[in-house]
Amino acid sequence: MDQLFDVSLFASTLRLVTPILLAALGGALCARVGLFNVGLEGLVLMGAFSAIVGNHFTGNVFAAVIFAVICTIIFSILFGYMSIHLKANVIVVGIALNFLALGLTTFSLRAVFDVKGAYYNKDMIGLPKWEIPLLQDIPWFGEALSGHSPLVYLSILLVIFLQLFLFKTVTGFRLLAAGENPTAAKSLGIKVARIQYGAVLMCSVLCGLAGAQLSLGNVTMFTEGMTSGRGFIALVATMLGQSNPLGVAASSLLFGFMDALSIRLQGFAMPTHFTMMLPYIVTIAAMLFFKDKNYMQEARKSNESSR
Amino acid sequence: MLLQMDSITKSYGSVTANSNVHFSLRKGEIHALVGENGAGKTTLMRILYGMESPTSGEIQLNGKPVSLGSPADAIKHKIGMVHQHFMLFPTFTIAENIVIGREPSKGVGFDRKAAAAETERLGKQYGMLVDPWKKVAECSLGMQQRVEILKVLHQGAEVIILDEPTGVLTPLEVKELLIAIKGLAAQGKSFILISHKLQEIMEVADRITVLRDGKVTGTVEAKDTNVEDLSRLMVGRDLVHISRNETNRGKLVLEVSNLSVNGAGAKALLREISFDVAEGEIVGIAGISGNGQSELIQSISGLLKPDKGMIKLLDHDVTGAPVGAIRACGLAHIPEDRYQWGVAKDATVTENGLMGHARKHQKYGVLSGSGIRRMVGEWVTRFGIKTGSLSTKAQFLSGGNLQKLIVARELAQKTPFLIAAEPTRGVDVGAMEIIHGELLNKRDERGAILLISSELTEILKLSDRILVMYEGQIAGELDASSATEEQISLLMAGGKAVG
Repeated sequence: MDQLFDVSLFASTLRLVTPILLAALGGALCARVGLFNVGLEGLVLMGAFSAIVGNHFTGNVFAAVIFAVICTIIFSILFGYMSIHLKANVIVVGIALNFLALGLTTFSLRAVFDVKGAYYNKDMIGLPKWEIPLLQDIPWFGEALSGHSPLVYLSILLVIFLQLFLFKTVTGFRLLAAGENPTAAKSLGIKVARIQYGAVLMCSVLCGLAGAQLSLGNVTMFTEGMTSGRGFIALVATMLGQSNPLGVAASSLLFGFMDALSIRLQGFAMPTHFTMMLPYIVTIAAMLFFKDKNYMQEARKSNESSR
Repeated sequence: MLLQMDSITKSYGSVTANSNVHFSLRKGEIHALVGENGAGKTTLMRILYGMESPTSGEIQLNGKPVSLGSPADAIKHKIGMVHQHFMLFPTFTIAENIVIGREPSKGVGFDRKAAAAETERLGKQYGMLVDPWKKVAECSLGMQQRVEILKVLHQGAEVIILDEPTGVLTPLEVKELLIAIKGLAAQGKSFILISHKLQEIMEVADRITVLRDGKVTGTVEAKDTNVEDLSRLMVGRDLVHISRNETNRGKLVLEVSNLSVNGAGAKALLREISFDVAEGEIVGIAGISGNGQSELIQSISGLLKPDKGMIKLLDHDVTGAPVGAIRACGLAHIPEDRYQWGVAKDATVTENGLMGHARKHQKYGVLSGSGIRRMVGEWVTRFGIKTGSLSTKAQFLSGGNLQKLIVARELAQKTPFLIAAEPTRGVDVGAMEIIHGELLNKRDERGAILLISSELTEILKLSDRILVMYEGQIAGELDASSATEEQISLLMAGGKAVG
């Protein structure tokens, strides 16, 4: 047991949780303005691929992350335009976006790098590892918490920032209002469409960062469909956390931990395909556990008329 | 003149909602705008509130022409509106709902304490006390209305538009609201009151403008007019006084004995209720809403399983039976909440009309479109339902027209027994007359009707016998021919019957 639950398990949890957490925070923002963004998976995939492209052409990790964010923003404008401007069904648009991202990245992989399946270049530099002074000297904790990529620390700061933004600022209050009752918000002169676009853009920035962490954080490579459902897990984390940044963080941690555990169990002679089911089994169990909590009621309410 | 609307015309394609309408408002005045459903009252006010732009015409405030392109513009010009369907955020607190749009802030932060203080001050100033920290979802409809008015006052409104403000309120809440409006008018606020409840208007308004089919048919001082004259202006003809034929009670259709529903609370929702309804009679149930009427209807129609007792419909025991089986037994049901039980808002008028009639219009499981359209089309003409077409979605019909559609649909079931719960809620006088006539017709044709209404006049006009409900029990039974409003009111309030 000691071998299973050691420090490196928690360190890898923190690393694995970051893409899920960032995407889930983005999903929470979208959900709060009444746009249930099923396209998180596609946005993260776009981020992961464009981070590698950026890295390949500039050779600079920072520029690569910025490039990933910009590409994801452009991609998400499609989502915003279709669902806010043209009032298309958000679920349909989200699903379309996922498949579009999968096709687009696979195609571009061949077009840009002329490889199939995966691209790896040993000269490429990944995200730096930050050793946090003082923290790294604490036994056990230092080992688990220090030595991660800047995006890991950024995601933790973002949780606190978003929590304060949503519940303590005027702009956050109006964002909540726009999602709670758009008709009423409009009748007060609140620009609902502008707020919704803002949330979608913020979400895409977060998904871009999530993608960059995925392709430049642990490994420095891109493989086709490398998100492998993390975007959907993030979606579940959004729902489970009831679109509260702190709640989303907690549920993301749960999923990240299961992810790390499943990888670890592979080292214990457990069949790979069995351990890979673990995070998803927990997801289903969690959904059952929370089935009659607030969030579901709110989702149902949003289908009702406010006329 | 504080506000002047000149020659306002608004057309949607070929439909003209307002045609050359003149409307004015003095400072401190309560000006009522009355008319049937679809007469163009709400459209006119939406133009004033900047939600619609007029096809032609001019709006002047204090003698200066203004252009109102959005609600934000209207708010800037001190015009506020309380909508018929409340524009509130249920999960937010009262204070948050009131200050939204002009929140007190500390830097970028939202100062919720200041918002609560502001709300309390406002409530005291205008004599409408509220608890700033309470969630709106936990408030009664009367309290929500109060929040709406305070919100508009917080926006600094001098002109306040109230669209059908009393439709959802209990009689006591209506009284409080009317007093509050009068008080605010005395403090210099001006009101435009949209309504079709003529009694209330006569009680509170200074001037009254009547709209019919988008045109003004008269603007009169309230003291120079009466309810009869107003209804003539609204409907365009004299209302026929419905005469009641004498009928004999036939055999029993509905028998309810010792019906009880416990509910979640400590107090039972229904306690040992027993009554019956026979062929050729209308039994009216009066009572302040929330005294068990809803549970009673739901138990009879199969939406709620009673804990004790027996319900017999035409000698079949239908206690706790599924809705479909009860309906097949001979029940039609005009539900009390039309949006929750009555219609599907995203379905068309035809589809809503088809509900419950589908079996009759099918062959080998395929629906006959033309037959259905003929049936629904006939209702639309007979009840004067104002709808764009038969394929208009139900959500675009006004509440009154939707109600007419439901009444037509349920009457067309031609069942021996009908539950009519609040059959004329939100319906104008013309339509009310039609619905009342149809209900009495059904009774004359030996139908049995259970009428539930919070309008005493309706109960007294239609019923043969009157039962009064109070706290889940039947507080008394009265004969309609001798009952008076005073007697019923007393029973409704929990008093004992006198004489």
